[in-house]
Amino acid sequence: MKSSPAFQNGVVKWIDDRLPVFTFMNHELNEYPTPKNLNYWWNFGSLAGFVLVLMIATGITLAMHYTAHVDHAFNSVERIMRDVNFGWLIRFLHMNGASFFFIVVYIHIFRGLYYGSYKAPRELLWMLGVVILLLMMATAFMGYVLPWGQMSFWGATVITNLFSAIPLVGESIVTWLWGGFSVDNPTLNRFYALHYLLPFVIVGVVVLHIVALHTHGSGNPLGIDTKGPQDSIPFHPYYTVKDLFGLGVFLIVFCLFVFFAPDYLGHPDNYIPADPLVTPPHIVPEWYFLPFYAILRAVPDKLGGVLLMFGAIAVLFLLPWLDRSPVRSARFRPIYRIFFWLLLIDCIILGVVGANPPEGWWIVVGQITTVWYFAHFLIILPLLGKLERPKPLPASISEPVLRGGSATAGATSKPMEKA
Amino acid sequence: MRRSLSLTARFGAALLGVALLAAPGTGRAAEEAPTPPDLDWSFEGIFGHFDRAQLQRGFIVYNEVCASCHSMSLMYYRNLLDIGVSEAAATEIAEQHTVMDGPDDNGDMFERPARLSDPFAAPFPNEQAARAAQGGALPPDLSLLNKARAGGADYVHGVLVGYEEPPADVELPAGMYWNAYFPGHQIAMPPPLSDGAVEYPDGTEATVEQMARDVTAFLQFAAEPRQEERKRTGVKVVLFLIVLTGLLYAVKRKIWADVH
Amino acid sequence: MAETERASGHGDVARRDFLLLAAGAMGAVGTAAAIWPFIAQMNPAQDVLALSTTDVDLSPIEVGQRIKVMWRGKPVFIARRTPEEIEAARAVNLGELPDPEPDEERVQEDEWLVVVGVCTHLGCIPLGTASADPVGDFGGWFCPCHGSHYDTSGRIRRGPAPTNLVVPDYEFLAESEIRIG
Repeated sequence: MKSSPAFQNGVVKWIDDRLPVFTFMNHELNEYPTPKNLNYWWNFGSLAGFVLVLMIATGITLAMHYTAHVDHAFNSVERIMRDVNFGWLIRFLHMNGASFFFIVVYIHIFRGLYYGSYKAPRELLWMLGVVILLLMMATAFMGYVLPWGQMSFWGATVITNLFSAIPLVGESIVTWLWGGFSVDNPTLNRFYALHYLLPFVIVGVVVLHIVALHTHGSGNPLGIDTKGPQDSIPFHPYYTVKDLFGLGVFLIVFCLFVFFAPDYLGHPDNYIPADPLVTPPHIVPEWYFLPFYAILRAVPDKLGGVLLMFGAIAVLFLLPWLDRSPVRSARFRPIYRIFFWLLLIDCIILGVVGANPPEGWWIVVGQITTVWYFAHFLIILPLLGKLERPKPLPASISEPVLRGGSATAGATSKPMEKA
Repeated sequence: MRRSLSLTARFGAALLGVALLAAPGTGRAAEEAPTPPDLDWSFEGIFGHFDRAQLQRGFIVYNEVCASCHSMSLMYYRNLLDIGVSEAAATEIAEQHTVMDGPDDNGDMFERPARLSDPFAAPFPNEQAARAAQGGALPPDLSLLNKARAGGADYVHGVLVGYEEPPADVELPAGMYWNAYFPGHQIAMPPPLSDGAVEYPDGTEATVEQMARDVTAFLQFAAEPRQEERKRTGVKVVLFLIVLTGLLYAVKRKIWADVH
Repeated sequence: MAETERASGHGDVARRDFLLLAAGAMGAVGTAAAIWPFIAQMNPAQDVLALSTTDVDLSPIEVGQRIKVMWRGKPVFIARRTPEEIEAARAVNLGELPDPEPDEERVQEDEWLVVVGVCTHLGCIPLGTASADPVGDFGGWFCPCHGSHYDTSGRIRRGPAPTNLVVPDYEFLAESEIRIG
């Protein structure tokens, strides 16, 4: 495969002289240096990009058949499932795609937490990512309302009601959100309009996210900067093929859900048409919101719960300044590593708490895990930054793989993993 | 290598834990009533398929027993062709039901026999009429019932066969019945099935258990008529992806050979 | 750069190229198969197809009577023609017609005329089906929008419409029942 700035094809050259798309593509793919030691946890960014494209494609085709009116929404979705050619497939792809979008993004985020991807000079890259997460959450929330099932309606009612906790203007804001005096047709219509819009805003922020990434290049599992060309390889073909392979593995898991367990991650109550006069016994959001739901309910005060729920994301914005350790990767931070795992377990337990009614033991567990979550970011990380003694870092990325036991400067790091 | 493997392994274990602990939905009905027995159905599993003879029997049960109170508005008479009923027979079934149409050129609404392109005729024109006829309780539309209830087909079958005498210390209000699997145990629907309630043209004996099985299978079809196609396509897609991913892995190893 | 060919042996190159070809071909097939549903979903759905035909019972229609039925969202005129109307349609000199077409080619049974009731000029619904309607100068239909006159075979005779009223696909299921579409 040749990659030269002087294109041979006349048409390509003509276009490139006027709009340098091909030079741009060549630079970003063939020349762009990527650390050579990335492991499979680095696949999840491209997976997220794939799922975003899938969601937009399935979303637009669903929109060709969906009717955003309280009298027709539920039945229009069932028409898609029954009568529209391949409608069932497109609907299940979209529905499970939302779940898998969050699975992929949560893994992507935890990768960042483990390897210090949020640290200088990548703070803005990280914060753009948090913005993407927020936009995803808003998009998913509104999207779930559209089928107008029982959970759609009541989830919307519960969450929009939260804004009434805001002092002074809370009630007005809720009325403004609803377009009426309860979740009803005006609400459904505007959620549809915004649900269609936000994914394109996400695309824009993703572009910024990638531009920010390419400014300093990817981090890597060792957390040390690339020192020269010996530490890097071109993105194409190495990471294109690795990403394609990772995509294949992802698609297998995804398709197992889409084709054999398409409703597993959902809730049966959403197959009941929305009824404003009948409240389901347990109102739960989709699984990817459960940890935040748990934090919301951990605080007895309504406003406190709302603030803490949004606070859980706000701390992510502050992360680059909360964790001041100069060492990026948890590979060389043995104490931090323990707290990383505790955080992960904490988030999972928070999710389980969110799935259960706030009764009995669940209340205490929810409070403990909520406190721990904030303690991790606000207390433990700043302390670790000061107190932790990290392991010595290797001299460079290439250096640990040199055979024959040459440079052992700080070589307490483990040998390179085989991909 | 060991380090990243253990990272992967620990993460995988964490994910598995979450999937098991937070199994969506299923726990809740059990809090208020026991879980119905797990039965074998032909439509379960990755190779699940329907027995069309059973679906036709199930439709007969719906049409003759359930349809007097329960609508199934998302099913159309043309869907009977998908369960193996001939076009002529389906047309005849449709014509036994009337639907409201209009307005005609005088502005009046009128009744006409149903066509294949019509949805199943509903027993009541609206929710209020249904409630009035059932003492305030609304018989739910059955189109999606198996998907709208935790436990699915096992639960629906359980309710149909689960009627029993209430415990000695329970006083049932008038119009309520005791059911083993219905959440809260008290259900407004009287036992809908009794032996011999319908006559099956294929000669199968119409016991309560048989009718419950057949109508539950029909309800499963009604909830998602395309599920057989979904699973068939899934087998092909996943097998294709496994082969393609294997090839991609081989290509990846080849391309990366000079880096390692 | 990806100049890894020089690093490997020739056998490796051939195997890697085959692998690449196989993976690429499979990937292309898979991508095409994945894109197809997104295109197919725009085709008419099952409920639309179910309404693509309309069965009409002709027995209540008297000789000389005309009715209007809906088919695929458009009106269809069904006329049970009198012998005089049939003769008038047959007697016309084809040279006089803006859109020449013999009456025999427009009907399956002489008595029954089935045409789509949409004026071929700009789409209005011509008058002439109801008994009180004007029928124009040729005994057929008259379009009030711009004055097109159609004869007893539904052919354009005078006015801005360029072509005859469209005869849809239909078949006789029985002597007094037709299926349109």
